[in-house]
Amino acid sequence: MSNFFTSSIGKKFIMSLTGLFLIVFLIIHLTVNSMIVWDSSGELFNRAAHFMDVNIAISIIEPILAIGVILHLIYASIITLQNQLKRNVNYAALGRYKKRDVTKESNWPSRNMYILGAVIITFLVIHLINFYWKMKFSGDPLLEEATAAGGNVENAFALVTNKFQIWWYVGIYVIGSIALCLHLYHGVWSAFQTLGWSNRKWRNIFNVIGVLISVVLGGGFAFIALFVYIQSLI
Amino acid sequence: MKLTLKIWRQKSPKDEGKFETYQLDNASQDMTFLEMLDAMNEKLISEDKDPVAFEHDCREGICGSCAMMINGKPHGPGKEITTCQLNMKAFKDGDTIMVEPWRTNSFPIIKDLVVDRSAFEKIMEAGGFIDVDVAAVPDANAYPVEKHKAEEAFDAAECIGCGACVAACKNSSAMLFVAAKVSQYALLPQGKIEGVQRAWNMLMKMDELGFGSCANTGACETECPKGISLAHIARLNREFIKAGFTKLAGEKR
Ligand code: HEM
Ligand code: SF4
Ligand code: FES
Repeated sequence: MSNFFTSSIGKKFIMSLTGLFLIVFLIIHLTVNSMIVWDSSGELFNRAAHFMDVNIAISIIEPILAIGVILHLIYASIITLQNQLKRNVNYAALGRYKKRDVTKESNWPSRNMYILGAVIITFLVIHLINFYWKMKFSGDPLLEEATAAGGNVENAFALVTNKFQIWWYVGIYVIGSIALCLHLYHGVWSAFQTLGWSNRKWRNIFNVIGVLISVVLGGGFAFIALFVYIQSLI
Repeated sequence: MKLTLKIWRQKSPKDEGKFETYQLDNASQDMTFLEMLDAMNEKLISEDKDPVAFEHDCREGICGSCAMMINGKPHGPGKEITTCQLNMKAFKDGDTIMVEPWRTNSFPIIKDLVVDRSAFEKIMEAGGFIDVDVAAVPDANAYPVEKHKAEEAFDAAECIGCGACVAACKNSSAMLFVAAKVSQYALLPQGKIEGVQRAWNMLMKMDELGFGSCANTGACETECPKGISLAHIARLNREFIKAGFTKLAGEKR
């Protein structure tokens, strides 16, 4: 077994499990974020954010999530690097700049998962510094602002909507969301294929599920940022 | 028709190699691609030059030896055909055609377009056979097999070991080949018995020989002359993961 996790399929097995786990988390995250749209007073969102902050289950899941991201990132780097070393000379007919993209028959995201992942992780760091870190540790004057319903929950709504009034910050969100959408466009079906759950029939079903998840998650996160931004203009 | 051919020439495994450009005036659309290469080689021989080395045997799409990259596509344009089945009707008068060998570190070049694919044989030696005692050839009806399983196994058995899947893969992965070989046995009564261990042995050999991992891009499936499906890779993953957990449980299989 020890060599299962160093085998090519074993490494992909870890990537697929961590990837799917991250997707489940993102679905929960998007659900919480959507409160910003449903209730413009911010009351719903603040309560949801507070609930996420103090909930025991979430505190247990948080470190697992961090490990998930780190494992996914480490294995992605190992796999990508190792695979880059398998073909020293590329096909001349494909041109100088397409070093390893042998055929255009496969879709672009599937060949560029690492680049898409790199955009996602950059976005994630910016996101964590601006929201997670402030809410958990450093605090922010905006969080202290009185909430619509009064009470003693932090005003996460003020913090988020304030940031989403900055055009370039919204731009970062949109770029991150597009990268996530493309990553999952290939990632979802790929994970099920790696786990061996796919076959001739289920392949199409997983593809449809993949498109749905990628559009809902990518589109959802981008929409919320744009929604707040456009509202701030009118 | 007149053609310009840019062909990879490499004298030996150690030679650096380079593209040579040749003009061929007497090609015809009635030729197959290999016949066109034959015509070119005759021209080279008549000019006292070294003919281009390329592999071929059956010339009817069943042996898998005629491996080459034509204009950046394994086995050239056209779906589910080998180079020997490629007709010159796919090209026009005045075309420039670029011909290269498979490029992957696990298939070192021997000469010109000929690569050493013995890595595939080593993978076969690691498990591409049935080891359980099945005695003499049994009566055809002694082992009932469901029709859909027989068909799926037959589909997998169509793999001719040409290596186009590896050549097309951005990671030089041999997963489609290994999956075809694992699937071809895993679905049948005699082969099923060792299915899990076979997947383990063959995949570990594939890794050891320096092929990359599968990113599920599907490039192999589109370029495979036999249309081997990614569904077989899913089966290989299934069998291999089962093998991993069986070993974790400490069972010998
Ligand atoms: C929220 C974040 C992320 C999610 C939900 C996610 C999800 C997934 C999923 C489901 C897969 C398919 C696994 C498989 O093919 O079996 C995958 C593959 C991949 N991910 Fe991510 N991912 C995320 C972030 C990242 C990051 C930060 C990187 C690192 C740069 C990354 C790099 C990759 C790569 C390179 C692959 C393809 C591996 C291969 O097939 O060779 N991902 N991801
Ligand atoms: S799977 Fe297809 S492309 Fe790969 S070796 Fe077999 S026949 Fe050739
Ligand atoms: S020469 Fe046998 S498959 Fe082409």
